[in-house]
Amino acid sequence: METELGHEAEVESRESSALKPRLDWSYAPSRESTDIVTVEERYGLFIDGEFRDPKSGEYFPTIDPATEEKLSEVAVAGPDDVDAAVSAARAAFEDGWSQMPGVERAKYIFRIARMVQERARELAVLETVDGGKPIKESRDFDLPQVAANFFYYAGWADKLEFAFPGLRPEPLGVAGQVIPWNFPLLMLAWKVAPALATGNTVVLKPAETTPLTALAFAEITIEAGLPPGVFNLVTGAGDTGALLTGHPDVDKVAFTGSTAVGKAIRSQLAGSDTRLSLELGGKAAHVIFEDAPIDQAIEGVVNGIFFNQGHVCCAGSRLFVQENIHDLFVDKLKARLSTLRVGDPLDKNTDVGAINSPQQLQKIQELVESGIAEGAEIFQPACDLPERGFWFVPTLFTGVSQSHRISQEEIFGPVLSIMSFRTPEEAVEKANNTPYGLSAGVWTSKGSRILWMADRMKAGVVWANTYNKFDPASPFGGYKESGFGREGGRHGLLNYLKGAH
Amino acid sequence: MTLAPSARQSILPDRITNASLASFVRSVPSVDEVGAVERAASLATRSIKRESKAEALRLAVRLMDLTTLEGMDTPGKVVQMSAKAVRPDPTDDSIPSVAAVCVYPAMVPYARQAVEGTSVKVASVATYFPSGQVDIDQKIAEVSAVVAAGADEVDMVIDRGAFLSGDYFRVFDDIVRVKQACGDAHLKVILETGELQTLDNVRRASVLAMAAGADFIKTSTGKVSPAATLPVFLVMLEAIRDFRAATGVKVGIKPAGGIRTAKDAIRYLVVLNETLGGEWMDPEWFRIGASSLLNDVLMQIRWLETGRYQSGDYFTKD
Repeated sequence: METELGHEAEVESRESSALKPRLDWSYAPSRESTDIVTVEERYGLFIDGEFRDPKSGEYFPTIDPATEEKLSEVAVAGPDDVDAAVSAARAAFEDGWSQMPGVERAKYIFRIARMVQERARELAVLETVDGGKPIKESRDFDLPQVAANFFYYAGWADKLEFAFPGLRPEPLGVAGQVIPWNFPLLMLAWKVAPALATGNTVVLKPAETTPLTALAFAEITIEAGLPPGVFNLVTGAGDTGALLTGHPDVDKVAFTGSTAVGKAIRSQLAGSDTRLSLELGGKAAHVIFEDAPIDQAIEGVVNGIFFNQGHVCCAGSRLFVQENIHDLFVDKLKARLSTLRVGDPLDKNTDVGAINSPQQLQKIQELVESGIAEGAEIFQPACDLPERGFWFVPTLFTGVSQSHRISQEEIFGPVLSIMSFRTPEEAVEKANNTPYGLSAGVWTSKGSRILWMADRMKAGVVWANTYNKFDPASPFGGYKESGFGREGGRHGLLNYLKGAH
Repeated sequence: MTLAPSARQSILPDRITNASLASFVRSVPSVDEVGAVERAASLATRSIKRESKAEALRLAVRLMDLTTLEGMDTPGKVVQMSAKAVRPDPTDDSIPSVAAVCVYPAMVPYARQAVEGTSVKVASVATYFPSGQVDIDQKIAEVSAVVAAGADEVDMVIDRGAFLSGDYFRVFDDIVRVKQACGDAHLKVILETGELQTLDNVRRASVLAMAAGADFIKTSTGKVSPAATLPVFLVMLEAIRDFRAATGVKVGIKPAGGIRTAKDAIRYLVVLNETLGGEWMDPEWFRIGASSLLNDVLMQIRWLETGRYQSGDYFTKD
């Protein structure tokens, strides 16, 4: 072959066109309208099918973390209020809900699922203003998943006898459920849908900073005609949660949240016969092998740690990159970070929204400072942040050691710690070297290696060549300090049935 | 075999044989289809500011290769289309000319004459478009003929059969020789991604074409379905980005086929902007190949300006 590949002179001259003035390609501040949402000035507690003033007489404000404006006031449930909610749930359990044929219970749950779909846009906006997550996520992820979970468990309600051969399905009684602020309505769905499908009644406490969608859900249960007392809602902070989880007439406690609170609940329940399931923190390992589809792996890593501002218990917060592609991968990741759009969560083009609360922001800042102090190298893209509200720039750390706090402690924010490895054995050893075990990710083009890694990584879910994929039919839960019990899928029914553990 | 020192060649093996090219092609990063489709879909939901949209639509006109590639094409039709290319909207002289007209070899002289003295370039498909199923000498002869007839740009097709069977040398050598035959004319290399089927193949063919000398890589002939799709486009952009990082050489891109609405065109611009940046948003580096897109873009521009939609009767067909 005779050939000549000398086009470079020409290429150079064509490069000069890069200097031509460019189009200002800014995206629309394409703000989702909030007109669709009505927020009351003040909300009571939802007990026995109606909203009531709290006996405590106390209220607390809930704010929009993107503007720091107060959205509403929400009741604090004290001891008498929690008692009333639990008795209402007990009465509803005894008076019919537990004896109702599954096919009838299913009708209510299907109806709730359809009503969630009908009001999806409104609920998505509400979730975004109360919690700070981008509208693109609440609209395209949270709400479709909420409806899907209700549909899925509605389908189980009349098939429980076939779910576990040899087990006669009997509900436990009253479930006390405490949920976090990162996916407020979705965590409600994960808890409430299987509890109702199996014939239990519920007292739910939403997180202090994000009660509004749970309150809207209470309205939906009224419209759906759900019998009074089957679903009850007590709002408040940690004290209210402790009253509920420690209540002697609660048969089952389900908690999603921090490991510290999970441990406290477990000691509170020690010696009692209250059933418990815990879904706690995580410090997931995201492992990138040299033969990974690099550009998609970059997207996977970005999704893994910056989805919902990193307020995700299964966030891929520890990145392990094979040594021979480490620098290339980090360069690509830095370039990609610079294209993330941080800001107004209601803007449809926003990728990263507001940090949920000032307390959380402070915790993130404190851990990031520790990373700098311990000698890791920080990278943050240039980024204009709004003046008001709580914000944190997407952050990478390179040169991280296993012993640094940022690679050990859950940050629960948009902060990624990057480390390298040489061999698959080393990747597994480092990935498992954590008290947590909720989730993990592997990127490689080699199918056998995916299976090899998945066998060895101590995590409840291992995603391969993707991240943060959920389906109501797929169980989810952790090992070690990430908790126990599985939510979702057929396994999720076991949390709410007698004789099953 | 002698190779002049070149930046493009810096990523190639020292000795170019089919075996060495095969291992080079296999070293191209793999593509995860699910991930690429997801990323393209998420970019497609971006929304553009109204003022930017007006500008973006005018840019889309400037970036267009107005195309007619039919067996029933006539000199008359080509001359009419060329007039429209120079002045897309006779009632609005603020609308810029399109980048080029794209025609069959036999039509090049008519197009050349019709656009003479304007900024509009003449592009000709060649190498026995759309199949390319002839030997290399015939391809070279056709390329030389269209360049002699006045084509500024040549749109060649790769030998997909050779690519799929693993004869990378054949594909590479064709491009190198066609590039030589092009002289000063710009070479766009059509990968016909609808026939390559997998995104791995798309990425590999993109790298092979760029290393061989393509000034532009182009998705499709428009004669095979699917033609351009956003995931294919995204993967080609990522290949261009990485090729530039490795060699310093900037290569252009042309999605073609199936882009019929202004909304589609804007989606391609969004993906381009997010992946390669504004530097590529210029006719020098980006073209949209289309036969029916122009009037929809003109209608949208008129709508943005007047707030009213006008019927198709108010826009000339050719």
